[in-house]
Amino acid sequence: MVTNLTINGQKHEVDVPEWTPLLWVIRDDLKLTGTKFGCGIAYCGACTVHVDGQPVRSCQTYVEDVVDTDITTIEGVGSDVSKAVQQSWKELNVAQCGYCQSGQIMSAISLLTENPKPTVDEIDSFMWGNVCRCATYQRIRAAIQSASDILEG
Amino acid sequence: MTVQLSRRTFLKTASATASTTLLVGFNSSKLLAAGSEYAEFTPFVRITGDGTVTAIIKHFECGQGVVAGLSTLIAEELNLSLDDIKVDFAPANAQKYANLFFGNVQGTGGSTAMANSFMQYRTAGAAAREMLISAAAEEWGVSPGKVTLADGQLSSGGNSAPIGDFVAAASQRDVPAKPSLKDASEFMLIGNPNTTRPDSTPKTDGTAQYAMDVHLDGQVVAVMLRSPRFGGTLASMDDSGAKEVPGFIHAVVSPMGNAAIVYAQNTWAAFQSRDAISAEWDFSNADNRSADQIKADLLAAVNREAEFDAKGTPSIAAEGLENAAQVITREFYLPYLAHAPMEPLTCTIAPTETGVIIYDGCQMPTAAQGALSAVLQIPQENVEVKTLYAGGSFGRRSTPTADYHVEAALAFAFNGGQTPVKLVWSREDDLRGGYYRPATAHKVSIGLDEDGRIVGWDHRMTGKPIFKGSLWESFMVQNGVDNSTVEGSRDTLYNIKGHYVGVTDEKTPVSVNWWRSVGHSHTAYVMESMMDLAAEAAGQDPVEYRLSYLDSDSPDHDRLTAVLKLAASKSGWGNPLPEGRYRGVAAHKSFGTYVAEVVEISGNVEDGVVIEKVTCAVDCGIPVNPDVITAQMESGIGYGLGHVMRNEITFSDGEVDQWNFPDYEPLRIHDIKAIETHIVPSTAQPTGVGEPSTPPSGPALANAIAAMGVRVTHLPMTANGVYFN
Repeated sequence: MVTNLTINGQKHEVDVPEWTPLLWVIRDDLKLTGTKFGCGIAYCGACTVHVDGQPVRSCQTYVEDVVDTDITTIEGVGSDVSKAVQQSWKELNVAQCGYCQSGQIMSAISLLTENPKPTVDEIDSFMWGNVCRCATYQRIRAAIQSASDILEG
Repeated sequence: MTVQLSRRTFLKTASATASTTLLVGFNSSKLLAAGSEYAEFTPFVRITGDGTVTAIIKHFECGQGVVAGLSTLIAEELNLSLDDIKVDFAPANAQKYANLFFGNVQGTGGSTAMANSFMQYRTAGAAAREMLISAAAEEWGVSPGKVTLADGQLSSGGNSAPIGDFVAAASQRDVPAKPSLKDASEFMLIGNPNTTRPDSTPKTDGTAQYAMDVHLDGQVVAVMLRSPRFGGTLASMDDSGAKEVPGFIHAVVSPMGNAAIVYAQNTWAAFQSRDAISAEWDFSNADNRSADQIKADLLAAVNREAEFDAKGTPSIAAEGLENAAQVITREFYLPYLAHAPMEPLTCTIAPTETGVIIYDGCQMPTAAQGALSAVLQIPQENVEVKTLYAGGSFGRRSTPTADYHVEAALAFAFNGGQTPVKLVWSREDDLRGGYYRPATAHKVSIGLDEDGRIVGWDHRMTGKPIFKGSLWESFMVQNGVDNSTVEGSRDTLYNIKGHYVGVTDEKTPVSVNWWRSVGHSHTAYVMESMMDLAAEAAGQDPVEYRLSYLDSDSPDHDRLTAVLKLAASKSGWGNPLPEGRYRGVAAHKSFGTYVAEVVEISGNVEDGVVIEKVTCAVDCGIPVNPDVITAQMESGIGYGLGHVMRNEITFSDGEVDQWNFPDYEPLRIHDIKAIETHIVPSTAQPTGVGEPSTPPSGPALANAIAAMGVRVTHLPMTANGVYFN
């Protein structure tokens, strides 16, 4: 089935079965590999992308459900919030293996866009779904607070 | 490509080939002629005509920070900022890039990357510096002592030029064998806590390339349909269902006998195709036991005479136990554990003019090379290895059998050998595919005299050995004792009177592997739980009691003493705790590094324990990258605690019960409120940091929970009456 998708502001025509997860269209068809495959069942957050600004797990989002939406992957972020998040992530050396970090960053951008000054409990509850097997959680928490401070100016 | 090999000849050639690489020793590369695009000053430093310096990293980066570590050493000796150095992973070449602690093998493991590379990389950086300086000195007609090098600029009096101008001339000079290294007082980067990891940027903007990200023109994706039980074989399969899946190509029986290889045009089609194949299995030689039986069998084994004596004899412990004022006995059970790196296993093999290239987050490049060479029957030197970032490993990307490299090679060969083949594991493959931390049981009896001093310690343990039957057996197995089972117990730093360690091998087709901290991952739990029980029985403070078993005249003991005292003082040990708070302590040396941790908790075991704070002290010699060390302490603590709290691989009639993360719940952001790390200043040679914070984390938590009144000796804790918030 031919489907039109808008990803990072660009229109793409993909020919895949309609039940194909968005993740595999992004990774295998469009070669946007910053979005990662971690579990395939929406339980680790490595595949997080934004659909119309909302964070979704692309491994459990089917292409037929995202027609006529704006999809953003890690390659396409550019808001002030995303810049602050990425800057803080680098300054605090958050990444270790780094494989989960695209998903972590996409979730963190959503959190700070929605709630510019989250408490520790709010950070923990929003970021709960993003697994990091290197256990960089303490730095993720600190980087979100640091990005919040940057945005506050 | 023709593939004609039986399973037996394949296994024979695989092990023979992988072991025949020779180490020639440090061998500086021949330098390229003037006018070339770049020069390799040593195998570790490349400089291009525009002055770009690249550190060639011989270890793989799975998050442990080796890219930062080794580029720091080169940049330090070249007086470069870390922002101005590029990094590239080394090709497979044991002559140039062997791990100096592994003999003829190029690879990463045992927290050795910094330890084996520290002098080698500094020497390489210093050699390049001296070559550039002497080239400039000659050109300018001054003595080398009058030329300085900093930030990519050579200077002497009125002369100044970027290093790029002297790359060609410098590369013609002999590589100094013993260049002068910077004095520690001149260090700008080594020991600097404010450096940024070179891999931070690509890992923050999504551009870092992992093996999972490889897409080659014309590639097909292969997935394995493996026996659901270890030791099972494929009796028959019907792929008619898969033929309905768009993108399915074909499925073949693996010559290993235990799996089918399923090919498709892309990853999703491969997963769908595999699900649509029905298979019949022969389980007559499988391990068909369930978890309860496995546990009972292991616990029974430690209640018998041990198969091998690892330290002392049973009689030396028995003597002390017979005359003891009191005897404390506990049995422990620690389950099978999966590594579950964030990036499921994957690699891609493609044909080249002379052989093949493998794209992999490659932990042991020369072992992978050997495996591909043996399976594909091509000379080892015709197997090119392209190492990419690895999305975690914790030991899993290297196994004694090079398991997924062999699978990928077979998948490549059975697809005709002319097309790139990408092998992909799913999370389910990862959790159900074996190569686990072995399940172990321990039984320890400690005899105390009237003063609470240990007079006898009888420790029997069992688990499947990792090294027996592997290429490493001759190094790691002596008198029947596999070091991977007993390390951390028989070599304890505590002066234990009447110390006996006996081991019995578990025999099962369930495959086992080194898992972050290997044997220490279970022995430290037992040793440090028992030391706590002994202190309690003696009516003494757990920190003071441990210190009393460490010598004051041994540098080795002194370092454990120092971290124990530091962790105690930084955690406020000895100060009264607020109501409802409890502390536990543990200390352990592994891989040459000394770590002590104090875990502070609140709550209760029925409604949920909360891990409020972990205070960690580490002595790993010269702290090269303090922030990387801190990060690794945090990581190893999280990894250790998460598994001790709630992870296990279990079986029902031989089949793994766990499928995906919901059944193997990973540590999550709320689980640990805070970790604080303190690094002991040191001038000793650096040792590793990737693993050593894992062993003491579990027992420190267990000792804190014991302070609440519940001693947990069977893991995971959540399956044994302790809940967490």
